[in-house]
Amino acid sequence: MIMRSDAPSWSLRDVNHRPPGAPRDTVSEASLEIDQGALTALIGPNGAGKTTLLRMLLGTIAPSSGTILFRGRAIREWSRRDLARSIGVVPQSEGEPLFGVRELVAMGRYPHLGPWQRERDEDVRAVDRAMTRCDVAQFADRWTTTLSGGEQQRVRLARALAQEPAILVLDEPTASLDIRHEMTTFELLRRLRIDGTTVLLATHNLNLAARYADTLVLMSRGRILAYGPAAEVLTPTRVATAYEWPVDVSPHSSGAPQVSPRSLESIA
Amino acid sequence: MTHARPLLDWPLSARLGVLVIGTVLALVAAVRLGAVSLSMSAVVDALAGRGDPATLIIVRELRLPRALQAALVGGALAVSGATFQALLRNPLAEPYTLGVSSGAAAGAVAMVVTGWASRLMWALPVGAFVGAVASMLLVFRIAFRVGGSRSLDTRVLLLAGVVVTAFLVALVWLVLTFADTESVRSAIFWMMGSDAGASWRGVGILAACFVPALIVLCALGRSLNLLSIGEATAAHLGTSVEATKIAAFGTATLLTAAAVAVSGTIGFVGLIVPHAIRLLWGSDHRGLLPCAALAGAVFLAAADTLARYVAGANELPIGVVTALIGVPCFVWLLRRPVTR
Repeated sequence: MIMRSDAPSWSLRDVNHRPPGAPRDTVSEASLEIDQGALTALIGPNGAGKTTLLRMLLGTIAPSSGTILFRGRAIREWSRRDLARSIGVVPQSEGEPLFGVRELVAMGRYPHLGPWQRERDEDVRAVDRAMTRCDVAQFADRWTTTLSGGEQQRVRLARALAQEPAILVLDEPTASLDIRHEMTTFELLRRLRIDGTTVLLATHNLNLAARYADTLVLMSRGRILAYGPAAEVLTPTRVATAYEWPVDVSPHSSGAPQVSPRSLESIA
Repeated sequence: MTHARPLLDWPLSARLGVLVIGTVLALVAAVRLGAVSLSMSAVVDALAGRGDPATLIIVRELRLPRALQAALVGGALAVSGATFQALLRNPLAEPYTLGVSSGAAAGAVAMVVTGWASRLMWALPVGAFVGAVASMLLVFRIAFRVGGSRSLDTRVLLLAGVVVTAFLVALVWLVLTFADTESVRSAIFWMMGSDAGASWRGVGILAACFVPALIVLCALGRSLNLLSIGEATAAHLGTSVEATKIAAFGTATLLTAAAVAVSGTIGFVGLIVPHAIRLLWGSDHRGLLPCAALAGAVFLAAADTLARYVAGANELPIGVVTALIGVPCFVWLLRRPVTR
């Protein structure tokens, strides 16, 4: 365990979100602290409200009620530019960018540059390092639209790393990655956390989340069912309730709980 | 579209250098060629205030202001088009997408049928400008209303532009149905677009709009890059999305309105020039916008010269020239292998 400072990165109290005209809250009564320096994984079934919660944490949508503090200050009081200097975001997907890979990764430096300022040496170094770490340096001269979905995902990760943020937020960063790139991504996240970066990710891979995250946040139907270390959150009953499917939980060789969904035959 | 890498990997200074030379050549050709073609020395003499009075008038009062106006209008439309394509994330977007042209037409037709256009020289451009700005405000108001909150949904904006355009065009034709033949003639002439009525005053006003608008949009270049990818991405990388959209839409629309006010609606420049520059040199708006400005200037100054020159006494509508030359050039640019 590494030392963490006492101040949480985010603290949420009674946060609700209901889109105009919607019959129910997409996020309901969320109270939570996201520790600085920790790797936190947000898990839960499709439509549980994970992405909505992330958007509220990033300040791109406002809660209907409740308070969200980022580093002790209300999130809405932060300017986009100041947030972008602290938080790097890897979205699940984005529009088709008409840029070269290096050009796209270099956009991670925009928050650190004035409108007329040219890239400095430190910016070039940050971009090169980010591309190497995400295994996309060999695509530097390619056009982003010629890359596969997984390759594009790694390019988006590289762009966020080029920001050199204190906090990294990722929405299903390994959704379309093969085993090697999924594992290198999780290893990279662990490395970043050891180096002091706060990491928050939403993921469907419960088993890797259990092995790599300090804290799991389990959401279902807009509510936070449980949050804490994997051993406390991933109990068979809780996971089965959240995902509406029976599961077995057994320990991995590392000690982390591993979830395996039952097949219908074994239930019968 | 634009799936492949840019054709050429030139530094920005080389691109701008070539385009500046192109602009100068286009302007020289525009001043030399016409019903009376002039030698280079005659043009230089006239610019210095020497030579025979007829040539002096042709160069200094007719051809030079007209060439400069065509260049400025072309640059303005190309820059606006590039901005609209980025903000709306739609390759079919152009300066007139948000109803600017139909608003300008409505304003101009109002001036024609009330007779003010024939009495006051400035009634027509002022009417067109006011109409253009009013229709843009109407489109924005509809988009904000439908959007529900304080945010501007670009899809709604696009649709609002389409319906407002349709409505204003219908109004224009309704009014023209009951207008006298002379009014219909001058209204249609205006709607086809032309730089024939150019004056130094118009050139000065347009330049005074164009230069600050280009500076504002270039300063927003990085934000436009991000917005062309997506609004969430732009927000995460430090752009104040709503403020940037309003600033960029507003600047591009006012610039288009100024161009339309002096020359009527000239189609195609704002659509095709930005795409051609992207295909040649890539999509970074910090380079794209100044290059599109110069390329638009070259394109429209050359098109205007051809419109005056090729058909002898009859002047071709400039929109005909821009489409007949622009389309084959553009298809040629598109027609190449998708590399790597």
